[in-house]
Amino acid sequence: MKEATSQEIMTVTAARLLRDGAVCFVGIGIPSMAANLARLTHAPNVVLIYESGTIGTKPRVLPLSIGDGELAETADTVVSTPEIFTHWLQSGRVEVGFLGAAQVDKFANLNSTVIGSYDSPKVRLPGAGGAPEIAALAKKTLIIIEHDKRKLVDRVDFVTSAGYLRGGNERSDAGLSGGPSAVITDLVVLEPDSVSKELVVTKIHAGVTKEQVRDSTGWDIRFANNLCQTESPSEEELVTLRDLIRRTKEARRKLS
Amino acid sequence: MMPEITDLQSAIKSSIEPGMQVAIEGFTHLIPFAAAQEIIRQGITGLTLIRLTPDVIYDQMIGMGCANKLIFSWGGNPGVGSLHRLRDAVENGWPNSLELDERSHAAMCAAYTAGASGLPFGALRGFVGSDLPQHNPSIRFLDCPFTKDKLAVTSAIQPDVAIIHAQQADRQGNVMLWGIIGVQKDIALAAKRVVVTVEEVVDEFAVKSNVTVLPSWTIDTICEVPGGASPSYAHDYYQRDNAAYKEWDGISRSRENFLEWMEYHVLETKSFGEFRERIGS
Repeated sequence: MKEATSQEIMTVTAARLLRDGAVCFVGIGIPSMAANLARLTHAPNVVLIYESGTIGTKPRVLPLSIGDGELAETADTVVSTPEIFTHWLQSGRVEVGFLGAAQVDKFANLNSTVIGSYDSPKVRLPGAGGAPEIAALAKKTLIIIEHDKRKLVDRVDFVTSAGYLRGGNERSDAGLSGGPSAVITDLVVLEPDSVSKELVVTKIHAGVTKEQVRDSTGWDIRFANNLCQTESPSEEELVTLRDLIRRTKEARRKLS
Repeated sequence: MMPEITDLQSAIKSSIEPGMQVAIEGFTHLIPFAAAQEIIRQGITGLTLIRLTPDVIYDQMIGMGCANKLIFSWGGNPGVGSLHRLRDAVENGWPNSLELDERSHAAMCAAYTAGASGLPFGALRGFVGSDLPQHNPSIRFLDCPFTKDKLAVTSAIQPDVAIIHAQQADRQGNVMLWGIIGVQKDIALAAKRVVVTVEEVVDEFAVKSNVTVLPSWTIDTICEVPGGASPSYAHDYYQRDNAAYKEWDGISRSRENFLEWMEYHVLETKSFGEFRERIGS
């Protein structure tokens, strides 16, 4: 079998962090891919919620948009968009928020709004969507992002969704519980230090060097004392992931 | 009172005036493309456009100069990337500058629900630690008088006109939609005037699951426009044209390509039917 790519390792590693039976609010793209991989492997009872109002959805192929018909057809129930945010997220029913972003900083704050200043942005990004409330109200948040100096930055240009703010107790002092529990990249897994809340590398993917990680990170990144290597994807995980991607491509080809 | 059942051209002409606040809704599903393109065709400008996800349809309207303000929460091409016309307006002021009132999905939902409920604002747990409230006076904080919790509040949205697309209307003018129902009921009940395009007018509704019915007396105007949500989709009628969303990325990247495409497909056609013929669907 073909060896796992760094993207596949990232997806599999993220998927493993979802426990069976968890209620998970999923963002589109790689979070959705990882959450569905979890559902198709070790976590068949994971409950996937998308902000389009689909609850307990079991898509056969990955949705391109957050509101594809596939999500509605395979859901346990479909509710309105206001209801998904109030009765389901705000009420505390979501264990894991699974998010991507354009930038994440060393205290796991997320930016999906602008690069540069808000009033005259260098790049106008899509914006908040559901992320600020997911990051605030889920019991914990998982973040997936490609490891790049411009994406893992010392301080985000704009805090769209709060992580640990400027670290320490700032998040809890602001009245927020939960918070990011891990950031999964194509090189490493980062977790917040229990006191300072600064993200530190706790796992490093096979074949990745510390130097490579330092060069690809926008702050002076630290490695945990008990740093270990990420467990490689199993054959079952890889086969399932590749199957899912193949099915998705075929379905999209048929439609176009 | 029964809604007026009419053609789309007359419906837009009699409902939308320059400078109005207009919400054209549908969360990925049932996006009223035909109605929005008719606004472009009629050259209506100065609008405040309202929508959670501006999507390709507001990209077209913004690029054609219909809007000078946008109230929104996520402005991308779903699964594809940027909305290039929205970005060009925000980053470079082309074809005109665009004022932003930017919230989150949950805040937009709270604002619509408040609008539908006759409240001046909606409350939510949110925005703590986020930079958005610093840039948007429509988002503020309030101490709960009961628990002292810090809550975010956001001003209600009650647009002059809401436009939605639904699968069916019956002969009495009741409207039924199902599948991903988004925010359509909320915005329809928040708006001063409601225009609905439908896939078809039927004698009687069949019972469906997750169905939402808007009674005839909550709606002002209905137009039968088969395919009127394309390239988004209408559950049980047609699927989302994902290829069209991907193609939009190329069409909209340059001002010249965009204008040429809009000229040929929208401005030179008289109706959504003719538009559909030109794009070959």
